[in-house]
Amino acid sequence: MYVAVKGGEKAIRNAHKLLAKRRRGDTSVPSLTVDQIAEQLALSVARVMCEGSLYDEGLAALAIKQARGDLIEAAFLIRAYRTTLPRFGYSETLDTAKMLIERRISATYKDLPGGQLLGPTFDYSHRLLDFAMAAENEGALDAVESETPLNEGMPRVTDLLSDEGLMEADPLPEASDAVGDLTREPLSFPADRDLRLQNLARGDEGFLLSLAYSSQRGYARTHPFTGEIRYGEVEVEFFAEELGFNVKLGAIKVTECQMVNQFSGSAKSPPKFTRGYGLVFGQVERKAMAMSMVDRALRWEELGEEQTAPVQDTEFVLSHSDNIQATGFVEHLKLPHYVDFQAELDLVRRMRAEWFAARDQQDPYAQTDLETGKEAAE
Amino acid sequence: MTLPVSKSIAPDEGSYNFAYLDEQTKRMIRRAILKGIAIPGYQVPFASREMPMPYGWGTGGVQVTAAILGADDTLKVIDQGSDDTTNAVAIRGFFEKTAGVATTTSTEDASIIQTRHRIPEMALNSNQILVFQVPIPEPLRFLEPRETETRKMHALEEYGLMHVKLYEDIAKNGHIATTYAYPVEVNGRYVMDPSPTPKFDNPKIDNMEALQLYGAGREKRIYAIPPYTKVKSLDFDDYPFEVQSFDKPCGLCNAEGVYLDEVILDDKGGRMFVCSDSDHCEERRANGHLGPMAADPAATLLSGGTQEKGQ
Repeated sequence: MYVAVKGGEKAIRNAHKLLAKRRRGDTSVPSLTVDQIAEQLALSVARVMCEGSLYDEGLAALAIKQARGDLIEAAFLIRAYRTTLPRFGYSETLDTAKMLIERRISATYKDLPGGQLLGPTFDYSHRLLDFAMAAENEGALDAVESETPLNEGMPRVTDLLSDEGLMEADPLPEASDAVGDLTREPLSFPADRDLRLQNLARGDEGFLLSLAYSSQRGYARTHPFTGEIRYGEVEVEFFAEELGFNVKLGAIKVTECQMVNQFSGSAKSPPKFTRGYGLVFGQVERKAMAMSMVDRALRWEELGEEQTAPVQDTEFVLSHSDNIQATGFVEHLKLPHYVDFQAELDLVRRMRAEWFAARDQQDPYAQTDLETGKEAAE
Repeated sequence: MTLPVSKSIAPDEGSYNFAYLDEQTKRMIRRAILKGIAIPGYQVPFASREMPMPYGWGTGGVQVTAAILGADDTLKVIDQGSDDTTNAVAIRGFFEKTAGVATTTSTEDASIIQTRHRIPEMALNSNQILVFQVPIPEPLRFLEPRETETRKMHALEEYGLMHVKLYEDIAKNGHIATTYAYPVEVNGRYVMDPSPTPKFDNPKIDNMEALQLYGAGREKRIYAIPPYTKVKSLDFDDYPFEVQSFDKPCGLCNAEGVYLDEVILDDKGGRMFVCSDSDHCEERRANGHLGPMAADPAATLLSGGTQEKGQ
């Protein structure tokens, strides 16, 4: 009703115009191209694909440009687009053992079949600002030396250990088991591991990182070792009902993390190593690691452990991991709430009047400055 | 990434269905709505979609509206009782763009009214549907944060906790200290959150002629109150439910017995109270009702919208 909200339509139009202008910035500086973002800000693109839950580098790059580099806003744009896409079905399970490896490391073995491969990583780099990069011309880059050609198949570390019974086996789902999908059915509790992993894969990197960190600092300790991290390209296959066989749809880049955890056994299970699992689009290693640690912590019930910490609390973790939901609800506090605030004003005024009346009754000589609510010096 | 990526954005990627949602999604939402109508006050889980506006900004209401909207409907959208609040403007614009339906600010002319935090002052009729945007659908949420627990409590009709809370209010304050989102019992069974409307609006929910649909997008719940359903605000025999009352009429249109917003006029304690329902207020002024502040310079500024309209 009041002026501040009258003419909202015009204000919104103008705000959007101003936003477009600010997004573009100084026009004497060349505009970013979507290709530049996809090629040179690939890790941002990967994060947006992960949390936006849609594998499309071009659209993710466009979203980053449109969102002025705000990655949660970009993921939101992707989600809102994704929700309109028709769904043909579910792909076959990815076979990450057949990954075209670009990076593969294990912290549990010095050497292992297939070898360790550092690949493109910030690890072991000195975090010194590279002022040469600020110069306009970066020049040609050094050629990369590779000693051995990579094997096609590179067995997963966890498969190497499993024959001894030391490592818990992958649970084999029945072919008839329906695929859980929280984008088609609202999440309900208790949530099975497939739904938990889907939720974590879409979850906010920062939230999962902090939860995983809390488990390292003693809030539900899970004794993690990095069994393996691998990053590379895997083929996605789809079973075509009409043809009766699998069809290759294309390849996507994913990071897979298998965290190996010491487990001293329980009434339900002998001592062995258990696992936490993380799989994300693109090279988003920090998230894949955090996801695998949170996944492991959430398995406390199945393994007969005690629940002591937030990271183990399925309902707490899964209900608050989605940053699109979180940012919407936190930021909705910007919307007008004056109707409810009016109701509260009325109540607080009444309660204050009652409070002062009650106090004056007890001590009729107490003086109160009603204007400011401050008590007079006693 | 060998191909220039921008080529992967196809030209047909920019078109959307009537009212944005695809028909399968609308059917899914309609099924949830029908179930909600069949079990008044029960929160039906539904596969809420990501919408092109943020969660918490009306995605539940927008999905319900999109699912029930037909080409011949006339839509009104209000927020805080007013058609001109920024988010109401944005949502109305969304449906103008994606569905091309007629929109109105007149309560009487609307077939669907989407609202946040208010129910119009004018009584609605049986040809109208009122769609609420709901942030937290669970009335027991702030007493018990776990969904697993609250669902059980509803199933067992175990509402003791809520009564204890209201009792504690009385013990501590001498009255119930809930002013909005005041819990109600629907059709003698489910306790329901009427969304954060001020409790002033609770009596309107009872036995309303219009169908009421409540959509919570982020929390993925839909619930409903069919027309002519008994809705009782929770209270005690010796502490009956009562609504807020204002000791002055609307400063602009002199209306009494309506919900008023307090507007601060200056930094010297100057205030006026005006109708929260802007359409109701404008209509009254058009019919010649003038409030005590109507001639005040500050009020002229406040009623600017009406003057624009009149010209």
